[in-house]
Amino acid sequence: MLEMFTILHDNGMLFLMGQYPQGPLGGILCTLLISVLAVLFALPVGVLLGLARLSPFRWLSWPAACWVYGLRGIPLLMVVFWTYFCVPLLIGHNISGFSTMLCTLVIYESAYIAEIVRGGIQALPGGQYEAARALGMSYFKTLRLIILPQALYNTLPSLVSQLVSIIKDSTLGYVINVPELTFAANQVNNQLLTKPFQVFAIVAIGYYLICFSLTWLANKLEARITRKRQNRVPEADNVAQAMLLTKTQSQ
Amino acid sequence: MRPVILFNQVNKWYGEYQALTDLSAEIKSGEVVVVCGPSGSGKSTLIRTVNRLEPIEEGQILFDGIDIHGTSTRLNQLRTRIGFVFQNFNLFPHVSVLENIMMSPVKVLGVKRQEARQHAGELLERVGLSHKANAYPAQLSGGQQQRVAIARALAMKPPVMLFDEPTSALDPEMVGEVLNVMRGLAREGMTMMCVTHEMNFAREVADTIWFMDQGKILEKSTPENFFTRPQHARAQKFLSDLHHN
Repeated sequence: MLEMFTILHDNGMLFLMGQYPQGPLGGILCTLLISVLAVLFALPVGVLLGLARLSPFRWLSWPAACWVYGLRGIPLLMVVFWTYFCVPLLIGHNISGFSTMLCTLVIYESAYIAEIVRGGIQALPGGQYEAARALGMSYFKTLRLIILPQALYNTLPSLVSQLVSIIKDSTLGYVINVPELTFAANQVNNQLLTKPFQVFAIVAIGYYLICFSLTWLANKLEARITRKRQNRVPEADNVAQAMLLTKTQSQ
Repeated sequence: MRPVILFNQVNKWYGEYQALTDLSAEIKSGEVVVVCGPSGSGKSTLIRTVNRLEPIEEGQILFDGIDIHGTSTRLNQLRTRIGFVFQNFNLFPHVSVLENIMMSPVKVLGVKRQEARQHAGELLERVGLSHKANAYPAQLSGGQQQRVAIARALAMKPPVMLFDEPTSALDPEMVGEVLNVMRGLAREGMTMMCVTHEMNFAREVADTIWFMDQGKILEKSTPENFFTRPQHARAQKFLSDLHHN
């Protein structure tokens, strides 16, 4: 345990930000940056993809289905390699490992998010859509005001799981030399040589803290929405008081 | 006077099954039409074609002279002028009662929130639910939810209201409160088309009763004629079955 602190003390900056400012930004900050960006892009792309899957127009739903089925059937590592080796051939110049990994994560994870969102939308009663349209709302207004607020809230637990797994999947950036946390840890490990357990325990704790903070944030958000949607009426206070009363009586 | 809603030789199929057959009818301004008939006769299908929740394959439905099923019709704008009340209420569960009523005037018609809130308050008072403005739909009884749904439809100030079996999903003791709201609307001269099994309501409120079976309107008459001297054999059987229950 003490050794872990020593390692952290000696290599703290490497764990935190890699070679920065001499080299590219790395370590935990790189992992955080790539995760936040991937989540920010993958969520809207996934929602759009999920909507496209439900579209009555084939030219929209078929490509979306191919995207989802295709990527779901391939390991992420293969997609990483593919993007890393093929995209430079296609566009004629190199792109950084960071952008490669970010794009790959967005493309890959949005396929999963799309299916979660699609499930959420399909689980809503059809009457919600009909009622909104009957009031004169356009398709997009219906989505924005009626369908998505309900579907995304209902699927929040699955969505959070998926977003957490985006963070964890950013580890694979290691194989294409993205200097993120795992990469930094490996550098440290190669210097120390004899303390792999301690080094990788630090990495595990680092990932756990990042992932857990996202879970914690999502729980806060969920609780807040739930409170807003259920407890804001005066009647609810009466009910709570009544329950309290019976409790004290039974005691 | 030009009819508000005009059905002209309407045909509709679900695959092989013909749901509406050569149906022609009209509703005049201020008229209350009650559509009745046995299950599966096409009543709900008919009322849902009026705001194009269901497409039709042949014929025309004109609303105020506009072809509802025309390809160039501005459907969303048209729908703001046709209030629709569903059997299952379909309130938006993620927003409060007040917000349910205000949402479409604000977001579709562009009414100022302040104004929409005031109008929503008036509508809630009218359906007797002022004290529930900040409640959420799940905290209301079925009858209360349906009254909110009526208020929500009225918030768009539509000249016509359509009711698709508004009391069928309600417990018996809640039917009255919803019918009372509908009675009030009819008295104020609202043009209404109601699909319902409430025969007493039909007898009391309707100007015209359409009796449907197998996708056709078999009989159009005043309530008095329909209930005392039904012309069509199917209507006679329908009414006598009602009395035996």
